[in-house]
Amino acid sequence: MRLTFPHMGNMYIPLTAILQPLGVEVVVPPPSSKRTLTLGSKYGPEFACLPLKLNLGNFIEAYELGANTVVMAGGCGPCRFGYYAQIEQAILKDLGYELQFIVLEPPERHINELLRKIRDIAGRSSWWQIVQAIRFGYQKALAVDEIERSALFSRPREKVPGSTDDALKKALEMIHSAATPRELTAARERALALMGEVAVDMDRPVLKVGLVGEIYTILEPFANLYLERHLGRLGVEVERSIYLSGWVNEHLFRGLARGIGSGKKARAASYPYLRHFVGGHGQETIGGAVLYARRGYDGIIQVFPFTCMPEIVAESILPDISKDYGIHSLTLIMDENTGEAGMVTRLEAFTDLLARKKETKEAL
Amino acid sequence: MPVKVGIPRALLYYYYYPLWKTFFEELGAQVILSSPSTKGILTDGLKSAVDEICLPVKLAFGHVQDLIGKVDFILLPRLISIRKNEYICPKFLGLPDMVRRLAGIPPLIDVNVNRYKGNNELYQAVKEVGRLFTRNHLKIWLAYRRSLKVHRHYFRLLHLGLMPADALAVLENRVKNEPLPAPGKITVALLGHPYNIYDPFINMNIIGRLRTMGANVITAENLKQKIVRSYAARLPKKLFWTLGQHMIGAALHYLERPEINGMIHIAAFGCGPDSMTGELIERKARGAGMPFLNLTLDEHTGEAGVITRLEAFLDMVRWKMAGTVGVT
Repeated sequence: MRLTFPHMGNMYIPLTAILQPLGVEVVVPPPSSKRTLTLGSKYGPEFACLPLKLNLGNFIEAYELGANTVVMAGGCGPCRFGYYAQIEQAILKDLGYELQFIVLEPPERHINELLRKIRDIAGRSSWWQIVQAIRFGYQKALAVDEIERSALFSRPREKVPGSTDDALKKALEMIHSAATPRELTAARERALALMGEVAVDMDRPVLKVGLVGEIYTILEPFANLYLERHLGRLGVEVERSIYLSGWVNEHLFRGLARGIGSGKKARAASYPYLRHFVGGHGQETIGGAVLYARRGYDGIIQVFPFTCMPEIVAESILPDISKDYGIHSLTLIMDENTGEAGMVTRLEAFTDLLARKKETKEAL
Repeated sequence: MPVKVGIPRALLYYYYYPLWKTFFEELGAQVILSSPSTKGILTDGLKSAVDEICLPVKLAFGHVQDLIGKVDFILLPRLISIRKNEYICPKFLGLPDMVRRLAGIPPLIDVNVNRYKGNNELYQAVKEVGRLFTRNHLKIWLAYRRSLKVHRHYFRLLHLGLMPADALAVLENRVKNEPLPAPGKITVALLGHPYNIYDPFINMNIIGRLRTMGANVITAENLKQKIVRSYAARLPKKLFWTLGQHMIGAALHYLERPEINGMIHIAAFGCGPDSMTGELIERKARGAGMPFLNLTLDEHTGEAGVITRLEAFLDMVRWKMAGTVGVT
């Protein structure tokens, strides 16, 4: 069995860490690229959302590298993601790609349904080994998020343009190559030290912007056209509403591990704007926007893939929060036709607006 | 003066209007329906809804605005789930919250209808609505029973092959003594969300046009739930959208019926569930060699373009019936 999985930002690092100790042969698909997207939008349904198309492209590219099995998560709606695997399987089958699918669905009747599938993947490893592997993966997810957070801090303040991203790339590689928990501890320290070495100018004025929206487009830099990088260069410190480890903690461990899982707080803050969950991260988007506004951020950016249903509901309501709290918001919608230059122009205009508003506020 | 309750002629109006109408009238309220969809109503909707949202929801915004100033309450329940372990669509979940922010809106009746866990929360929702009008529990219960009866009658009429507009005419005793039109030679299965296929404005009167072109039209609502469900169960994984289940189940059923000569799927631009169910139906139809037409509706769809495509489609169906072309 040569196993592959869809990309979502740096998720490949913890996933590889879980699968490799179990003796599974892992084929990491090539990073999402123009080619991935072209393949995905050629074969995927026209109005499917961007993540489905990129997933499809990832699978085809991984197949070309010799993968024969896909592992991915399922779901039970109302967001489309819950039916991704079945649609992708049907498309790939018609195209003649022989890929097996192992879909980890939330168990409907009994936890055994899920455990059996994990057993299929893990082969002859013991449950103890599986638990250890998952813990190792979670440790890596935490380390990756720590590094990303420090990149978000140093990017708008870096003295040499691009130095943060160079360090980030190296630091992530260090985490990825750590093979044991002991190596990981050392790698994490070295990686954080490396991030700390980026020369920063602490006196530079920076704008603070909260990033909310759909998880895939937030976590996958290719899907959001390197939004965080562009914002960093424009002197904006980005605070993200969703991190990989927080999401894993909340959805897979049900909040068991202590961490930054702020979903509950965000959902509570979404009242009275959005009084019910709408699937996906719609309610967290609204709640997150309210929290950022209360904490005095300069602006809010919402990002989601074209036709994403929960986020459209949130988008309809976001102007009310802007009005009530006097905070500017910008909605960016991603699909295969979105151009990077067009997005950068909008970001420049938006940051100019925020900077001017901040200046007048400080002058008063 | 009785309390006036406004019901927008949009979304699941095509399923639940008889039920709510009876319920409100039993409780002594007056039901006011928004006007049939027009260009003006759609334009109002377009102005107040975000660009990205799908056509039927934009139209619903317009219908709500049509009721402003005419009514004391607007019925806009939060339809979370109308069947166990299924949802409608995220936009239905957020609809009251999106509409509430419009200017000049009368109070909304936005009870949660949630049968996701399979309990009888429908009555809970109905009871909550009834409390707005009376404190008499018995009266609410009786009104509920009475409205359920009408609801069942309405669906029985649909199962006989009537379209919602005709079934409503029967319920309201508006049927004239005229002979039925002669049935056409072709039968076409029309699949799509009820609010897309039954609103003659947004789909350019597709049912009427097909009929004048000599085709009989049947839809998912003409089938009993039992049939739809048993066919939909053939999917590798259960679909979690109730309306998607109806479409898929009906499609799979009609693909096996020899009397069905063609299949039309109507999708709204940007509709999430349609992008998935449409893909599945298209693949199945192609596999079965059934002539298939996929129409996507948005606010710019041109009438002439739709007619051309319908004509071409029916030509294809006729040629196939005559044996002049092979599998499409």
